[in-house]
Amino acid sequence: MKKPSLSPLFSHVCKKAVFYLVTYFIALSLIFVIIRLMPGNPIEQLVARLVAGRRGRPVFGVDRLYLLFIEEFGLDKPMHEQYFIYMQNMLSSTINLLTFRICPVLQSANFGISIMYYPRTVMDIMTGKLLWSLSLLLPSIIIGFVVGNYLGAIAASKKGVMDNVVFNISLFLSNIPYYCLALILLFVFAFIWPVFPIGGGYSFGRAGFSLTLDWIIDYLYHYALPFLSLVLITIGGQAIGMRVMMIYELNSDYYVYSKQLGLSERKLVNYAYQNAILPQITGLALSFGSIFGGSLVTEIVFNYPGIGLALYNAILRHDYPLIQGCFALITLATLLANFLMDILYVFIDPRIRVVYAGEKA
Amino acid sequence: MSLQLLIASKKFLVGISILLFFTGLATIMPWFMPNPKAMIANPWEPPSNERILGTDLFGRDVFALFVHGINMSLRIGILVGLIATAVGVVIGAVAGYKGGIVDEVLMSITNVMLVIPTLALLIVVAAFLNVRNEMLMAFIIGITSWPWTARSIRSQTLSLKAREFIDLARMSGLSETKIIVQDVLPNMFSYVFMCFALQMGSGILSETGLSMIGLGPTDIVSLGMILRWALLWETIRLGKWWVFIPVTIAITLLTTSLLLINTGMDEIFNPRMRRL
Repeated sequence: MKKPSLSPLFSHVCKKAVFYLVTYFIALSLIFVIIRLMPGNPIEQLVARLVAGRRGRPVFGVDRLYLLFIEEFGLDKPMHEQYFIYMQNMLSSTINLLTFRICPVLQSANFGISIMYYPRTVMDIMTGKLLWSLSLLLPSIIIGFVVGNYLGAIAASKKGVMDNVVFNISLFLSNIPYYCLALILLFVFAFIWPVFPIGGGYSFGRAGFSLTLDWIIDYLYHYALPFLSLVLITIGGQAIGMRVMMIYELNSDYYVYSKQLGLSERKLVNYAYQNAILPQITGLALSFGSIFGGSLVTEIVFNYPGIGLALYNAILRHDYPLIQGCFALITLATLLANFLMDILYVFIDPRIRVVYAGEKA
Repeated sequence: MSLQLLIASKKFLVGISILLFFTGLATIMPWFMPNPKAMIANPWEPPSNERILGTDLFGRDVFALFVHGINMSLRIGILVGLIATAVGVVIGAVAGYKGGIVDEVLMSITNVMLVIPTLALLIVVAAFLNVRNEMLMAFIIGITSWPWTARSIRSQTLSLKAREFIDLARMSGLSETKIIVQDVLPNMFSYVFMCFALQMGSGILSETGLSMIGLGPTDIVSLGMILRWALLWETIRLGKWWVFIPVTIAITLLTTSLLLINTGMDEIFNPRMRRL
């Protein structure tokens, strides 16, 4: 008799979804605890800083300002109530963001109000920057992954000079920190040989998106260097990882056996490649966080108007709600990317596919 | 035996030489250099015989800043490596050896920490700290970067646990803590050291990244602080290459040397990686 059960794939996806939801919850709680545990009162400093600009003149209403901020952040309530309000705001804001802000009930959930851009909301500021960041990040990850793995596989299977050249260049590229490569590229291609702009995402007066040839050329002109610096590092990292995986495969029993059976070199390498790419995909999912972090720093060096630059300015001006919002957004993006990779993995790895998708072996 | 193998490995040798070179530079040179914060010359002097790396906007000797910066970066790197490796080894070894519910709980914590973006977390923590010194920086970086180590130490422990000498130790009635400390850990010492090298490298990188965006130690010169000044003073647009080029090269070489040490050791202690 057949037991009525949910499909294994569905329960797998649910399990993963629950894990990432819990992780998001923990990350947000962690931030709440850290902020409250910090020595020193951020609000006091904030007010002090706002007041400091008017040195020498009598300042009226400092108390009012202080109380306003206390109220804004809900600091006059007991801890558990603060936590509840914070979580409610964060989670409903997240849902609002994920549904592209169409749900009318959640319109007021917006990660709080920025201090730097008062009275604009954090949500408003971040959605404006998000497109810039994603258009820089996603192409460089995808192109870097494809090219890097191809190079790594070639290096491992060809051996000799090719291996040495690819290994050493990739080792250098995967080790050079994001900010260092960005600085060097900027110095070489914007100062010594000025073919690209020194920074920014658009020329003066071209901030708004428009689908004209002029705008696109201007966009690509500013896009080239930040993109190059991200994609080169991704290629290096992937090539190094792939080379190791391929060497493992090339030394494995099935490979040696098939080789002795007389299979063609091309077919053999193809088999090894298919096995070696699987851990690479898992590795890519896990390194999303660091690549994302790297792109933030790259944006700062290039003055590129994305989330990274917003975060940098928020730090400079002690805009705590914006810092908090950026953290939530970065965490959310990383977890979503991991979740999608986990699901994708089920369809790529034939061993898992058999179990979960109910496919006949 | 293994020491001979290590020296025979070209990667390990190159890595350790670079690391020793910078360590020597950073420990000996500061004695002969002026106080890095002293303004001793004209601003923006290019490199000359007298001052190898010229001066910055405030007329400070860039080479003095540079050697002090390397010193600080190495110290923070070592501290981060120690903290992250210690936490990772304890969690990984206990989870792997105990198994069962302990393993499940510890690994869930590790997996959660693994997917939370570390740099973003560090930025928030550092942004809310008013005073940041060397120890504090090393602590917050170390305490967020152990999950990788914990995972790999756990899998190493699992494979060691299945070996006969561990069974023997268990039969002779040793306590679990004693078995872990006396039998499990010494047998993966090279592995632990490899983890340390990697953690030290990533610690240096994290500190530099944080310093560069203005969240570094508040009172000392580190390599990241020099990069921060380089950005703030627009040295690239002005073409003052001597401020940031040496720093970028030093950081890249340092992290590469630590990775080379790691790869070199991996190829020696892990026979599957040896290319015959």
